[in-house]
Amino acid sequence: MSRFDIYMSGVGGQGIGLLSEAIIRAADYAGLAVCGVDTHGLAQRGGMVESFVRIGTLTTPLVRKGSAKLVLALERTEALRAVELFAAPGGTLLYYDTCWQPLSVRLGTEKETSAEDVAAACARLDVRVIPVRTELPDVRMQNVALLAVAAKEKLIPGVGVEHYEKALADLLPERALQGNLKVLKG
Amino acid sequence: MKSLGDMLLNTGPFSEIVLGNTALARAMIESGTEVIASYPGSPTPEIGAALMSVPKERRPYYFEFSTNEKVATEVACGASLNGRPSCVFFKSVGLNVAADSFVQLSLLELNGGLVAILGDDPGANSSQNEQDNRHIARLAYIPVLEPASPAEAYTFYLEAMKLSRKRKMPVILRMTTHVCHGKEKVSFAGWTPRPIGSVPAFDSSAGPSIPLTTRALDMKRRAIARLAEVAQETDGSPLHELREGNDPSKGVITAGLPFRSLVDVLEDAAEKPDILKLGVVHPLPKGLVADFLRSHASVKVLEELDDVLEREIKALAFDLGIRTVIVGKTDPEDWIGEYTPDKVAEVLAKTWPSLVPRKRAERAATLAPRPPQMCPGCGHRSAFHAIKQTLAKEDITVADIGCHTLGFLPPYKMGEVLLSMGHSTGTAAGLSLFNTTRKVVAFLGDSTFFHAGLPGIVNAVFNNHNLTLILMENGTTAMTGHQDHAGSGGNANGPADAIPVRAVLEGLGVKSIREADTYSQAKLTAMVKEAVAEEGFSVVIARHPCMLKYTREQQRTPGYVRKSVNIDQEKCDKLHVCVESFGCPSFQRDEEGRVVVSEELCIGDGSCIQTCPAKAIGVKKVQEGGGKA
Ligand code: SF4
Ligand code: SF4
Repeated sequence: MSRFDIYMSGVGGQGIGLLSEAIIRAADYAGLAVCGVDTHGLAQRGGMVESFVRIGTLTTPLVRKGSAKLVLALERTEALRAVELFAAPGGTLLYYDTCWQPLSVRLGTEKETSAEDVAAACARLDVRVIPVRTELPDVRMQNVALLAVAAKEKLIPGVGVEHYEKALADLLPERALQGNLKVLKG
Repeated sequence: MKSLGDMLLNTGPFSEIVLGNTALARAMIESGTEVIASYPGSPTPEIGAALMSVPKERRPYYFEFSTNEKVATEVACGASLNGRPSCVFFKSVGLNVAADSFVQLSLLELNGGLVAILGDDPGANSSQNEQDNRHIARLAYIPVLEPASPAEAYTFYLEAMKLSRKRKMPVILRMTTHVCHGKEKVSFAGWTPRPIGSVPAFDSSAGPSIPLTTRALDMKRRAIARLAEVAQETDGSPLHELREGNDPSKGVITAGLPFRSLVDVLEDAAEKPDILKLGVVHPLPKGLVADFLRSHASVKVLEELDDVLEREIKALAFDLGIRTVIVGKTDPEDWIGEYTPDKVAEVLAKTWPSLVPRKRAERAATLAPRPPQMCPGCGHRSAFHAIKQTLAKEDITVADIGCHTLGFLPPYKMGEVLLSMGHSTGTAAGLSLFNTTRKVVAFLGDSTFFHAGLPGIVNAVFNNHNLTLILMENGTTAMTGHQDHAGSGGNANGPADAIPVRAVLEGLGVKSIREADTYSQAKLTAMVKEAVAEEGFSVVIARHPCMLKYTREQQRTPGYVRKSVNIDQEKCDKLHVCVESFGCPSFQRDEEGRVVVSEELCIGDGSCIQTCPAKAIGVKKVQEGGGKA
């Protein structure tokens, strides 16, 4: 298949590692060539974290700026940054519409990034935007909430909900799996 | 859920999606590596996590996190002298700590073999510099293998151990951040479990192993001779790869991750140069490189960080009278940062402007990058907030390495200079000399206390320096993923007696010791005030368990109850102490200047309640939940 680059970002502590590994495993279950890399930062929460997944190529897991056909962001501020840097024209931004204010906003020196800011950047860059916000039994399931929309909207060509299911079963302990599968399957 | 430990012990051939670091752990098992030691540091700690995922009684190896990288190197060295295949691994700057022993390794007969995995960090993602550890190879006469992917990490480790055992010499496997953390499907060979032998094979007649007087020179002769043999043996090694392009006039010599970036970028190029990818980067495969140079009119040396290969290749061309145009680094930027595909495209364009068409628009972010910060509820935040109340603006604060380094960021701005692990007491001592007007306060974490902090403390006692050391004790090696340390009550093999920090300080002769839980902010403020007013060396132990570790453990406990605080908007005077000075990231500010608490972030520990002058913060509610890892 032709190559499909995915760029993911969020804030440390939001569970981007699980999101990215679920996608890598799902793509593998779908029979696609896939590789990825996380920028594991430090343990502390709150810094920017990113992850790259590339489907259909094994040259390198690192995605070039402006070439991600799918951008996934777990937070609104990071969604804006991600789309500006990595989204390919004609691509899609799927983000969880929550805000973890950066220090500058908390200190009152900058304004919080709004959903309108994100939408405007997407319009300028010719990127389709899908914000997600749903009731969840646990805030730690926001990553899987994004996966659910990616599955439903078939945002990753060739990867279906059954593949994501298998991937989550690989990655989650039984006590967490059932709740997350419920979120995945809506 | 798939079990990492079961996967690592799988005896049949299989393939699995793994991190580069995990692939290394499997390679250790397959190759029969029996003793493995490390000190945690990014980008390598997941090797330790993988090794520890195997239950202790099923481990076909002994693994430990040692107190520092030098000790880890010595443990691996001693085991190898006893005939055990051994491995030591640590992060880039860990080599500086290990160096005193590390540079001696090649002088010995390492009977069992010893592979040292060095996790370099181009781009300084999680290190205080981006030093290029290939330099140690020349200094210490040690061969270096450099994989570019998780699959290569696995095969190169096996080769490195084979080479090391055959020649009884150390071999370096040089990893970089995104090779360690790359994830892809790797095919593993089968593995036959073998019992670990119980014969200690150390034989002093196999030496000399004491490099004193003229022996040191004989041992050096042997090291150089062995390296020359390795050069011969690896010149034609299948670890090197030649990839033909369609423009025979141009060639690129490269290695490691930059190779993958190069292949990616060249997909856009109409005329592709030939590529020589080196698998063994030291000693240089001279025959292979000379042939490559002779068969191309111009050759670009594409290497991340320093010009190690470039210099050797140019020297080789000079010696052999090869007239090929060789281009290495062209400007200082070529020395800096990770060689991602975007960076490689830029670097190539400086030498061959039309090679890769520029079809991409420049992309820039309007937002400033978001630096890491201390977690919600972190005890260090309470400590910084409390200590700040009592220090004068002109006082000097010295940072050290750990989560508490982040205190240098606003709003705390505590910790103004940083060198390395454990430097703070020594640097602070120097800052205190001929200084009667500005108090000097140093910070130090507990894992770092044991790692490299002790000599500075002994020095402060021994030479009677005038400073206050604040020991930020959180009971774990938090920043690298919560590994145990000598003071935490456990090690990589189970429970262990904790070495109490206070008893160590007393034993070292520290006279002035105070301790407080950092959540008791007023008490801590008062203690630091007293301590800095004293003449001489004083220590304040500012203790609170790592709240990220604590919260994660709580979340896994059945019946876990989620808590958070909230702000009574009636009582709030908009003084903004919580959001601007205390600065817990859970506090969010809206456009009218109202502060609200994010329930997603708040852990409900309540350490902020005491900071609000209007007493507007209270515990809000509890939510049922939990159960996810
Ligand atoms: S990991 Fe622990 S010590 Fe480090 S910032 Fe978070 S709570 Fe604090
Ligand atoms: S109770 Fe919540 S807001 Fe207060 S310090 Fe703890 S995490 Fe931050």
